[in-house]
Amino acid sequence: MITSEITSAARLIKVENGRNARFRVIVLGIALLVLIVLGAIIFTLVDGSMPVFKQLGLSFFTSKEWDPVAGHFGILPAVYGTLVTSFIALIIAVPISFFIAFFLTELCPYRFRATLNAIIELLAGIPSIIYGMWGLFVLAPILADHIQPLLTKWFQHVWLLKDIFAGPPIGIGFLPAALILAIMIIPFITAVMREVFDVVPKTLKEGGYGLGANRWEVTRDIVLPHTKVALTGGVMLGLGRALGETMAVTFMIGNVNTISIGLFDSGNSIASVIANEFAEAHDLHMSALLALGLILFFIAFLVLAVARALIHKVKKS
Amino acid sequence: MRITSLMLSILVSAATVGVVHAADVTGAGSSFAAPVFAKWADAYKAKSGVGLNYQSIGSGAGIKQISEKTVDFGASDKPLSPQDLEAKGLTQFPAIMGGVVPVLNIKGIAAGQIKLTGDVLANIYLGKIKQWNDPALVALNPSLKDIDENITVVRRADGSGTTFIFTNYLSKVSADWKTKVGSDTTVAWPEGVAGKGNAGVASYVQRINGSIGYVEYAYAKQNKLSYTQLQNRDGAYVLPDDTTFQAAAAYADWAKAPAFGEVLTNEPGKNSWPITGATFVLLQKKADKPAQSKEVFKYFDWSFKNGGALAAQLDYVPMPANVVKLIQASWKTEVKDAATGKAVW
Repeated sequence: MITSEITSAARLIKVENGRNARFRVIVLGIALLVLIVLGAIIFTLVDGSMPVFKQLGLSFFTSKEWDPVAGHFGILPAVYGTLVTSFIALIIAVPISFFIAFFLTELCPYRFRATLNAIIELLAGIPSIIYGMWGLFVLAPILADHIQPLLTKWFQHVWLLKDIFAGPPIGIGFLPAALILAIMIIPFITAVMREVFDVVPKTLKEGGYGLGANRWEVTRDIVLPHTKVALTGGVMLGLGRALGETMAVTFMIGNVNTISIGLFDSGNSIASVIANEFAEAHDLHMSALLALGLILFFIAFLVLAVARALIHKVKKS
Repeated sequence: MRITSLMLSILVSAATVGVVHAADVTGAGSSFAAPVFAKWADAYKAKSGVGLNYQSIGSGAGIKQISEKTVDFGASDKPLSPQDLEAKGLTQFPAIMGGVVPVLNIKGIAAGQIKLTGDVLANIYLGKIKQWNDPALVALNPSLKDIDENITVVRRADGSGTTFIFTNYLSKVSADWKTKVGSDTTVAWPEGVAGKGNAGVASYVQRINGSIGYVEYAYAKQNKLSYTQLQNRDGAYVLPDDTTFQAAAAYADWAKAPAFGEVLTNEPGKNSWPITGATFVLLQKKADKPAQSKEVFKYFDWSFKNGGALAAQLDYVPMPANVVKLIQASWKTEVKDAATGKAVW
């Protein structure tokens, strides 16, 4: 009786082990597949960019000139545009996202929360080309006709600011592109922030309220310190999306290879150069575009690495 | 179980729908010619039952696809040089022509009023002429004397055959342009803002006062943009329309041009519109799938014979009969069955 029970248990364990082994193989295989795809992408980019690295060398990284006819390719303007637009977008989007998330978790009446959440998520689901077209046809004229003339007028005698807000009044350029980007990344950052705020232990907050703190003080002194790691992650997620955004930026940035501090001047981003020129490119031009892709990949990697390092540091303290 | 079989049946039906009919012709490339190819294909399919699956992905991509034999033909707005054709094992012929026109937006100036010369146009795009009341412009157009407005130059942001035709023209009429900028599907523009596609350029021109841009003629006409007159090589001022495009085409010396590699810009002739261009169809010289290559020829043969009116509806210009003869003669010698070496057409 006992022995038979033991053998059946052993059989059961064997079967279980067999299933586990099969499960391990499947899971491992899928995990490896991700690595293989990533490796293949890196290989394609590195292999494709070799000709332009060999032929142009360092000037590829330091030149401001992008001239497919003459075979000159310099990436500075595109890298500049990518970083500037993403950075401005973050500056605009992070505080707005924070206050939306604050409102949704602390102030919003319960019966509206689900609806508002759904609306924010819907904003995240709109295809980027729609943002681009909306930006070009709706936002750009508003900027050109109403906002830009005001900014130019206000700051026309202020040192530095008069150059920053200069540019042809067409509602296209670094700032308009950054605005669209900000609108696009707000739902992502908001969603992360909201979820993080929601998981702060109730007892902590109640303790704060018990001590007589108001909602803002509880958020500032209890919720924020408790969640700053995850908040960094949310912001970096937004930044990652802004860096690689293609269609909306292509519509709004002006697609001119310039480096300018004028926020209404036209510029270029890595993604928009690739999107614009890929279909017609060949030989060295194609290689230059693949190299641009590699650099974008590298920048995104750098952002993730910095985010990791930040999170690590915060966790330790 | 039921779900599995349901999924399976969905997959199977999706797969059968996805399969292109074996005899259908596949092509890829120029977006300039895509509307014409599509219109011809509809009519041709009704007649012959053979469809066309054409991907309008840009000339460069079209060249790439036919070089890699993933399509039956490619289409490019920029003819390949004989050396390039040789290296890639391709042959080419022109299939359809159209015009590129400068368009502008100045308050109170109607379509066709403004006269430009090639040199002035190049200087505007070089950023040398910055004002509409610049002496060089006023000399051609006294009505511009009182237009105290800056010129905003608009050009294409994306690589495009239209840009190639336009910059090729500027290179022919301005030595300065040729040395400083040159011509290609994407160039290093010295001046201006950039819109994506014809639609992008048109929307900028419509919105920005004092702007000048360039689009395909059909686009300018459909959007009621105000295009300009241009001085042609013979010194006459002409307006863009199908007759002036046709005139430019008639003067092109296709017979002498190696591999039909003729860009129709700045052609002689009193009536010629100077910024005219053609889209070139590319085929593998050694056909791995001769039956498919033959289908390509049949499609274009039918289109050359019957497609003129359809093309004209879209404001494109069909190839003249004498050129079609030259093209069809080239079919007989250029494309051979890779296995047997026999001519396909």
